[in-house]
Order: sequence, then C-alpha cells, then structure tokens
Amino acid sequence: MPRTSHWIIRSLSHVDVILLVLVLLLLGISLAVVTSASGESPARITGHLVNIALALGVMVVMANVPPHLLSKVGPPLYAVGIVLLVGVALFGEIRNGARRWLDLGFMAFQPSELLKLALPLMLAWYFQRNEGGLRTKHFFVAGALLAMPFLLILRQPDLGTALLIGASGFYLLFFAGLPWKVIVGGGALGAASLPVVWGLMHDYQRQRILTLLDPSSDPLGAGYHIIQSTIAIGSGGLFGKGWMQGTQNQLDFIPERTTDFIYAVFGEEFGYVGAVLLVALYLAVVARGLLIAARAPTLFGRLMAATVSLNLFTYVFVNMGMVSGILPVVGVPLPLMSYGGTALLTLLLGIGILMSVATHRQLNKS
Amino acid sequence: MPLATPLKNLDRELARFHGRLKAGAVFVVLLAAALLGRGYYLQVTQHDYYIQRAESNRISLVPTAPNRGLILDRKGRILAENYSAYTLELTRTRASDLEATLAEVGKLIEITPGELRRFRRLLAESHEFETVPLKSKLTDEEVAILAANHYRLPGAQVKARLFRNYRAGPGMAHVVGFIGRINDRDLKALRASGREENYRGTVHIGKTGLEQSYEAVLHGRTGFDQMETDASGRAVRMLSRIPPVPGKDLRLYLDAGLQAVAEHAFGDYTGGLVALDPNTGGVLAMVSKPGFDPNLFVDGIDPETWKTLNESPERPMVNRVLRGIYPPGSTIKPFMGLAGLETGVRTPSDSIVDPGYFMLPNSSHQYRDWKRGGHGIVDLRRAIAQSCDTYFYKLAVDLGIDRMHDFLEKFSFGEKTGIDLDGESPGLLPSREWKERRWKKIWYPGETVIAGIGQGYHLTTPLQLATATAMIANGGKRIEPRLVEAMRDPLTHVWQPLAPVVRDQVPIKPEDLAVVRQGMVDVVHPGGTASVAGAGAPYTMAGKTGTAQVVGIKQGARYDASRLARQYRDHALFIAYAPAENPRIAIAVLVENGGHGGSTAAPIARAVFDYYLTGKLPGSMKAEGNDASD
Repeated sequence: MPRTSHWIIRSLSHVDVILLVLVLLLLGISLAVVTSASGESPARITGHLVNIALALGVMVVMANVPPHLLSKVGPPLYAVGIVLLVGVALFGEIRNGARRWLDLGFMAFQPSELLKLALPLMLAWYFQRNEGGLRTKHFFVAGALLAMPFLLILRQPDLGTALLIGASGFYLLFFAGLPWKVIVGGGALGAASLPVVWGLMHDYQRQRILTLLDPSSDPLGAGYHIIQSTIAIGSGGLFGKGWMQGTQNQLDFIPERTTDFIYAVFGEEFGYVGAVLLVALYLAVVARGLLIAARAPTLFGRLMAATVSLNLFTYVFVNMGMVSGILPVVGVPLPLMSYGGTALLTLLLGIGILMSVATHRQLNKS
Repeated sequence: MPLATPLKNLDRELARFHGRLKAGAVFVVLLAAALLGRGYYLQVTQHDYYIQRAESNRISLVPTAPNRGLILDRKGRILAENYSAYTLELTRTRASDLEATLAEVGKLIEITPGELRRFRRLLAESHEFETVPLKSKLTDEEVAILAANHYRLPGAQVKARLFRNYRAGPGMAHVVGFIGRINDRDLKALRASGREENYRGTVHIGKTGLEQSYEAVLHGRTGFDQMETDASGRAVRMLSRIPPVPGKDLRLYLDAGLQAVAEHAFGDYTGGLVALDPNTGGVLAMVSKPGFDPNLFVDGIDPETWKTLNESPERPMVNRVLRGIYPPGSTIKPFMGLAGLETGVRTPSDSIVDPGYFMLPNSSHQYRDWKRGGHGIVDLRRAIAQSCDTYFYKLAVDLGIDRMHDFLEKFSFGEKTGIDLDGESPGLLPSREWKERRWKKIWYPGETVIAGIGQGYHLTTPLQLATATAMIANGGKRIEPRLVEAMRDPLTHVWQPLAPVVRDQVPIKPEDLAVVRQGMVDVVHPGGTASVAGAGAPYTMAGKTGTAQVVGIKQGARYDASRLARQYRDHALFIAYAPAENPRIAIAVLVENGGHGGSTAAPIARAVFDYYLTGKLPGSMKAEGNDASD
C-alpha cells in the first residue's frame, strides 16, 4: 500500500495544477449545461461523468509519459494512420455518401481521428531530429508529410476534418519557423484558388456555405440549425435566462444540443456574461499552454505544446463560430463542453501532453 | 550528429519560436475577439429581436371556436340548437394510403354508401391537409372500436365536434336555414369582409335562411389559447387564454305552433304563406312547401340526396315566400281601388254597369269578366267583394299605367321588402320606362287593362303581398318584415329587442281606406268570393281572393304525366288580415295549382287566423295530437 500511494503521488506530481483547475472549471460548467440540455436525463449525466473520469485518467497517464518517449510514437503512429487512410480509400465503408470509415469487425473506425494526434507528433519528431539546422528542404519534407493525410481525407470527402488536421499541421510548421513570405504567399495563393476550390466542392458543402450567408433560404433544412441556435443565443441577452430556464433549450428547439450545439444552450441560459467568462477560461488554457511552450526545453516539447494549445482554440473558434452563425456548420464539438467520449478523450490527451511537457523539464535534460 | 549542432542556430531558432508564440497569441486573441464581438451583437445589440423570435418560436395561438347562438321561436321553443358528438375524420396528408385506411375503417364500423359518397365529395372540395368527416354522431361503441384500432388507421382521428340540430323540422328549413362546411366561396367572402381571422377554428358557416343572414351575430368571437409549443409543434402547456365569446341567441316573432298549423293547412299542396304582425312587421309564420330536412346539410350532404333535392320538380330548395314570383291576380284589386280613390279618379260611390266584358275605345277586343254575364251595377266596395274584373279594367284605363305604377310602388311592389333574410326577389312592377328599357317597346293600352286585374307583366312574391296587405291593415305604415324579434347577449343573458323598421308612412285618407277595408270584409261574408272560408269566424276577417295563370316559378324539366293536369291549374291566392277592427295579423297565401283562391288558399288563412287569434287547432290536427303548440 505505501508503494501504491507513492506511485499515485509521483503521478500527480506531473499534473499541472493551473491547467487542472481550468479543466475542472470547464468540465464543471459542461456538467451543468449537459444536465440542462439533456432535460436532466440521468443516463446522460452519468455517461458524462464516466467520460470525464476516464478522460481525466488518460490525462494523468499522458502527463506521466516523458516527451522523449512520446516523440518516438510519432513516426509509427503516422505510418499506421497513412496506411489506414489508404485502406479507407480502397476498402472503406461508405456512409452518407462519404468513404470515411473502416469496418474493423467490432467497430467502425475513422482513421482521420488518429491523424489529429499522429500528424503533429510526426512533424514535431521530424523537426526535433533536425533541431538547430532547419532549412528550406526540411519545410518541404514537412509540407509533404502534411499534404499526404490532408489530401487523403479531403478525398473522402471530409472537408471539415481535412481543414482541422491541415490547421494543426500548419501550426506546427508555423511554430517551427515556416518563413512569413511562404505563409503570406500561400495565403494569397489559397485565396486566389478559392474559385477552383468552389468548383471542386460537393453540392452539400456549397449548400452549407450558402446557407451560412442566408440561413433563411432553407429555414427547415440546413438553415434550421443556425436559425434556432442564433435565436437561443440572442434571446439569452446580457445575463441569460438562468440555468435550466432556457425556453429554446427546454422546448427542444435547439438541435444536437448536448453535443455540437451545446454553446447555444449555454448562451441562452448564461447570456453574454457567461460567454465572456467561457471564452476567458479557454484563453486562460491557451495562455497556460503557450507559456508551457515558451518554457519547454526541447523543440519537440515546444512545438507540441504550442500546437496543442492553438489546436484547442481552433476547435473552440470553429464550434462557437458555427453555433453563433459566422462559420458554416461542420461537425466539431466544443472542447471540454460537448457531451461525447472520443472528443473529450482526445482533448484531455492533448492537455496531458501539455502537462507532460510542463513537468518533465529537468528530467529531459538527463 | 546532434552534438554538432551549433549553439548559435539553437538560440536563433528559440528566438524565432518565441516570436511565433507571440504571433500565435495575437492570432488567438483576434479570434476570441471575433467570437465575443459576434456574441455582443447577438446577445446585446440584437437581443430584443431575438427575444421576440424566441417568443414566437415557442408560442402558438390555438383558436377555440365559439358556441353558435341558438334560434328560438317567440315562446322560447328551440328551433336550432347545438350538441356535441364524435366524428371520424380523415386527413389526406396524414394517411399514407387513404384507400387502405378507408377499407380498414369499413371493416371496423359500418359506413353507409351515402356517407362514403358524401366523404368523397367533401374530399374533392377540400385541401389535402384539411380533415374531412367520414362518419358523424358515432356511438360510444364505435368510438371505443376506433380508439382500440387507432394504430391501424393512419390519417384517421376521432374528434368531438359541435353540431347543429334543427328541431323544427322540414317546414322551418326555409326560415331557419342551415349551416354547412366552409367552402372556398365562403372563405373568399370572409376574407373580403375581413372576418377570416375570426373563423380560424370554425368548421361551419350559415348557408341559407337566418343561419346565413344572421351569421355574424350567431357565430360569436373566436377565442385563442396561447400555447407553449416545442419544436415539433406539440402543445406543452397553456400560457394564457382569451375565451371565445358565444354567438347571440335569436328569438323570432315566429310562433312554431302557428307555423305547424299553417303547414298542416297546406296539406299536399305546394306554395308559400307568410303571416305578419301588421304593427311590428314581425313574421309570425312563413311556410314554403315543400320543405326539406336541414339536418341533412349540417355535416355535408351526400351527392345522391343532393341531386334528388335539387332536381325534384317540386323545387323544395326554393323559398317560395321570398323568391317565388307570381302574378298577383285579383289580390291587386284592393290596392287598385285605393289608387283610384287617392288619385281622385274614383269616389266610393262611382258605379259602373258591368255587361261581363270591357272594351277599349276604337277597338273591338273584349276583355272578359270572370263572371259570364257580368255583375250588373258595381261600386268599389262590391267590385272588391265580388272581384269584378270589368270595374278594374276601366279603373286601370282611367288611371293609366304611370299613375298605377307610382301608386303601387308605395306598397313595396317591385321592390325588396327588406326582410332579414338573404336572396329576396324584388318581383316586377311594370312601368312604361321598364318596358322601354327591358324590351325596347312602347307600352300598349291593352297592357294597362289587364294590369288592372293583376295580370300581364306584374309579378310579386308572397312576401310582398303580405307586406302590402299589412299596410292596408295598419293604415299605410310600410314596415320591413322581420323574423328576429330580439337577441340575447351571451355575456349578460339579457334579451335586447330589435326595433321595428318603418320605411315609410304612405298618406291614405281614412275614409278611402275604410271603403276598401269594407270591401275586403265583404269578401269573406255572404256574397263575397271567400264567404265559405270566412263563415262562422268569431272575429271579423278581411281578405281578397286571387287567381293567377300558371307562369310562376319554372317547373322542373322532368316530364311527369300524372302531374300534368294539376300543373296546368291556376295558382290560388288569398290575402287577408284580422280582426278587421284592430288587425293583429296579416297574411298572404299562395297555393300552386290550387285553382280558385276562395276555395283552397282562403281556408288555409282561416286556419292560421283561428289558431293565432283564438288558439283553436284545426280539427284534423287535434286528432293527431300534434305537440307543436306546447
């Protein structure tokens, strides 16, 4: 028993207290909102608690994995991910008109989820290997490593996931020092190629964007989500209608309100004041992550910490932007708020990596 | 060779990384600002707009139809009432296969061919999202069977609905009218008059009779329940309620007992009768024979029954009192007499010698009197009592068509009487201008001659005749006939009487009126044309018989040999009032193909007078134990 408790204390010593407090605050809010959004469904609340417990466990475990070990997982994980993506392209199961799933017999698996973690790990490992001598060719190689999964996922087609994975890869390149002129030039090129991209897009994707520009054009179809969620948020006002008091929420007007559209419930019940607090909490997490990155002793740690932080905020921005009607509807959950095991697990895994980077400074030098 | 990495490079990369971190932080802050800006716009700037959207999102107004006002006779007997019953209704859009549901319903409860025909007709007329009744007045057992098998009947639902029941029977169908389902034409009319909103939730509307003309009063005001609804439109709870205001009840001048007596007196004859209170214009009885059962129409009539009713040669759907137009025949004579006296063309003592015919100067054509050989020496009083044609041929010529027209016009001939029912015919009072306008022909003197005895172009409704008769009875007061005597406010339950509408007071010299009245009293006394009908009355009656050649309302197209003989017979007319000294009732009776007014129409009037003035039921009715008088 003493040995066990010793192990627990040593594990907890790798937990970053500030991040832990912020995460627990967000999860507490999440629990409250899920309770309200689910109509106090006992199944949902228990399910959410179980997910939180599991994900927190994974976070603690990740916090204890030293970065140098983690970096070694990058290349094999990336390789497996690419193989699976090719497998999907060849033998994947078609659902909703897209070839995204791999039937593993016992479960349907989306390899693109794996790449969300594998790609940054792979790139960070690659840059770490070439630390101190980074040249243009390294960025070319890294770009190719990024392009491969990006194009495979884009082909599925899954524009949303492709862009999010592309963004995480881009952040890594950016923090690794991708020249500004390349970034600006690429941005200009991207903007110039928009008409071409538009032409390559699928009808439903174009529809989503058109719907965003004018939700009332399809009030019962694609526009319904946006209309109802903006009504919920807008009617919340400055201070909100109060917890469990949101009429749009309670009366079932908000679609997918425990998962992707949970921010609509939050905005209706807690108002603008609540929204400011929520964004402040996310900014605090990101700030803590960037600080960890700034202090990290290795390039791998720096790149991973910075990328994970920015990634998290990207998800926040895409989700809240979508729910409040400034971005097209893509299936992205709100980090640490939405109900759902996989997303929570992936996120706390990332936070765990941040903690690991934060607490393995001395150890890494040996 | 990681050890060979130059330190300088590491430092430069670290510095660059810190730069990038700052850029990343700025990027994050910018995105956060965008989110908070959007939030500010939605939750602060646009808050009022969205709170309104949210309210309309969750609140729906569910209309509650008001109870329709009742229709009562003068003694409070119910003529039209409401009752609640279950109906089986189908909605096309909710049924995946309507025919399958129909077949399934047919296995569970009995659907008559008539009900099915009616359903198909209503289905064809209605919008696909509307519910259409298949079977109404379900028994408790049927309701239970349908409820138990509800899952097998997509698109079917059992609803409790308010129905109208007409207790009064076929004879009253033309007075009370009936309600029916609101159709496209009704909807258009409601929209045009701005009343559409008030009919949300209402299924029925008055189609004929009082139900139609007093629709706005009977309907009431629709209430609204403010219901909180969820996203799928299901009502969750009631937030507030604006209760419906029931329609007003109507109390008629009409006496259901009197009406029954009048109907009974008609026997098998078709025709029309209207009895007025000459002092108020109140309609005491209004009969149009044959009648029909108005209850058939309440929930939609099936096409076969409708066809039978509509194509019947007896035309039961036409209100003969309002719309049947007939030559007035000799009933015009009292009015002609008044015209002669009032214009100074005749004095009461002016007499003619009647040889049995009349001839215009410079013409050899004989206008014959109904009595071969003539009436001998005839003054006005006798001319009316014996219905001397020759006297009135000559009077008409002396008056001329212009003076005749102008005088008769004051008695509502050729004009709508203004009764509180829709669809009244104005009849036709000919004039020189009318003929020029209508036929582009000049007026011939011969036409004036026959106009003097109510033949020729002159066409009148029984209602006009009764109104004119009432004017003789009340001394020239032209009152609009009214069925409704009072309305009951649904909230205060207080009866508010409606004031009689006096349109005009025609100045008639009392001494002139007295002569004509005396003539009319003579009609029903020995020596008069209706002396048999007036015999033994315990009050003094005054009347005038009439006979009209058959040109009245068009008969049906169907050829029926057994009816042929009767069809050629003249229409019998009779106008009267009583008691002569202080008239309380004025009447016009028209019996189609009844022959002579004295023998068929006058006895009907007598039966009505007897009941109204003395409470005496006709002998044959007493035996039947008719309960209409209770």
